[in-house]
Amino acid sequence: MAVSTPLAIDIERMGFQYPGNADVSFHDLNLKVAKGARFGLFGPNGAGKTTLISLMTGLLSADEGHIKLLGQEIGKQNNQINKLFGFVPQDFSFYQELSPVENLEFFGAWAGLSRQAIKKRTNELLNILGLDEVRDKQVQKFSGGMKRRVNLAIGVIHDPQILFLDEPTVGVDVQTGHAIINYLLELNKGGTTLVYTSHQLNEAEDLCQQIALIDDGKIIAQDSLDQMLKDHKKESLEQLFLNLTGKDYRN
Amino acid sequence: MFKLWASIVKDVRVLLRDKVGISLMFVMPIILVVVVTSIQNSTFQLVNKNKLPVLICNSDTGQASVQLIKSINKIGMFKVLMAPGDNDETLMADAMHGKDAMLGIIIPSNFSVRVDAKSKNIAGKALTSFGLQGDSTKKVADVDPLTVYYNPILQESLRLSVQGGIRSALQLVESRETLRSLYFSINEKQLPENLENEMLNNNTAINEIPVSKDGTRATPNATQHNVPAWTIFAMFFVIMSLGGSVVREKVSGSFIRLKTLPTNYLVGILSKQITYLAVTMLQAAVIFSMGIWLFPYIGLPALNLPSDLLALVIVTVICGWCAVSYSICIGVFAQTQEQANGFGAVSIVILAAIGGLMVPSFAMQGFAKSAANFSPMHWCLQAYYSLFLEGGRLKDVVNNIIPLFIITVVLQLITFWGLKRKNLI
Repeated sequence: MAVSTPLAIDIERMGFQYPGNADVSFHDLNLKVAKGARFGLFGPNGAGKTTLISLMTGLLSADEGHIKLLGQEIGKQNNQINKLFGFVPQDFSFYQELSPVENLEFFGAWAGLSRQAIKKRTNELLNILGLDEVRDKQVQKFSGGMKRRVNLAIGVIHDPQILFLDEPTVGVDVQTGHAIINYLLELNKGGTTLVYTSHQLNEAEDLCQQIALIDDGKIIAQDSLDQMLKDHKKESLEQLFLNLTGKDYRN
Repeated sequence: MFKLWASIVKDVRVLLRDKVGISLMFVMPIILVVVVTSIQNSTFQLVNKNKLPVLICNSDTGQASVQLIKSINKIGMFKVLMAPGDNDETLMADAMHGKDAMLGIIIPSNFSVRVDAKSKNIAGKALTSFGLQGDSTKKVADVDPLTVYYNPILQESLRLSVQGGIRSALQLVESRETLRSLYFSINEKQLPENLENEMLNNNTAINEIPVSKDGTRATPNATQHNVPAWTIFAMFFVIMSLGGSVVREKVSGSFIRLKTLPTNYLVGILSKQITYLAVTMLQAAVIFSMGIWLFPYIGLPALNLPSDLLALVIVTVICGWCAVSYSICIGVFAQTQEQANGFGAVSIVILAAIGGLMVPSFAMQGFAKSAANFSPMHWCLQAYYSLFLEGGRLKDVVNNIIPLFIITVVLQLITFWGLKRKNLI
């Protein structure tokens, strides 16, 4: 498969194993994601998606090989690399006791933004994500959908070049899911590379151009979504997913 | 610097919205200080100012028992109440409850006869030893013991001092009788009252002066003892909020995001140290202010601040920093908030106990005395006592500050090692 350069993510011969736990491990893993792509990473439970995202964001360190984000190797000068990407974890990753504005002020400062830049971005994001009316209310009183939007806003406060999204729409209503996907598409139009993982495959079809299927720590297929559907003679990502990963329960 | 400031603002906001944490850090220690000081002040008053009510049941009809009651009265620490002469143990207990007496004494019916016989015998022995004719051969029975009943709430130290008082009254009665017998045997007339008084009552006075380092003569009171001690306890109680806050941040998703941002988590740890150090300073200021201004309104002695205020501030800052370091250390190693709170609370009570907050460390023996050196609260307390009770200055507390500082640095290093080991920094 040819991936156009420059690369947003370049993983070469990467090896990783949790200490004392061989359930999820990677050996000699290679993955390339083009800059500006909308990339989806899919796989059954326990396949290694979250571990791979943790490795790409520097939360875990690879045992072998290297991982580069926009040409810079993870593990070296992490402070510089951390400015390049944003991360929207599956869990609500903010302070529930604080308001959206207070959360964005804090995380904006930690992302290296100035006071003025934080104020500007906060106003923009709260407006775009429909949180302006509740900007000063404590997040713990919000609905799940509103919390998801706060989670997303914090992940993009510093306008990152690469955005990692771990199930960004889990547990939200159709309207919120739709709004989030639309916002992500807008971000991508502005040049942000999206790395997305989810079990909501219908939604993924709308968002992703490139996909990789991962199972048991191995990338079992990687290409553009259209090409993969054509190659495997399937009509949807869900059919393709079941065809490649099987129908057995995964624990 | 902006990142640190933003972190401090965040920590303050989170703290202000943690109503339970604030209650634990401020309201509970304040209640503790007031309650413990009030209780100890009552005991202090009881021992030093109020007289201990004692119910005496005199079954004897002689003069020695009357003299004994007079002597007990003269000691000054008892308020003597009389009970009917035929009380037994049950009636005595009822009478003590009825009259709110803390002590009851039954003087046996043959008390005067036995004291008289004993004194004559001793006088006889004395005459014989002087080479005079005296009757020392007669075998006399011992004086029957006085039975002292006491309320179980009386502490052992108080009971011992009561026993000492009664023993000295008994000694006086027996000595008087012996002296009279001796005088009568030699002179065949009664001992003149003025001579008797001169011989028995000419006690040398004892002056009590508190020794302080600044030369002042202020008498320590329950407030001076308790306010510094429970202020230290309050400062270490920040673990209930801070330990939980570190664990909450660590186990919640927010920590994952913090790790992906271009800022070292040590900034977050430093922010917590500054925020909670300010909290401990505020706790000390609130508790000391209460001691100075509120206590006199509720009938407790007012707190007198030490003359060396700079030393007080330095000791308080290091004590607060140590409390914060301990809390963060526990928070870093605890896996859950329950672990941090449970271990934190129990460990603080243990550190307070071995540190001398509950039992004075000078009263400890062996292992407990050595263990006190490992409790940061011990060094805080010694420094505070030196300032509040002994009128010490900064140079007098340096020996307490240095171990406290060393313990704090060790806690910081353990925290750093824990953060590294858990891949948190």
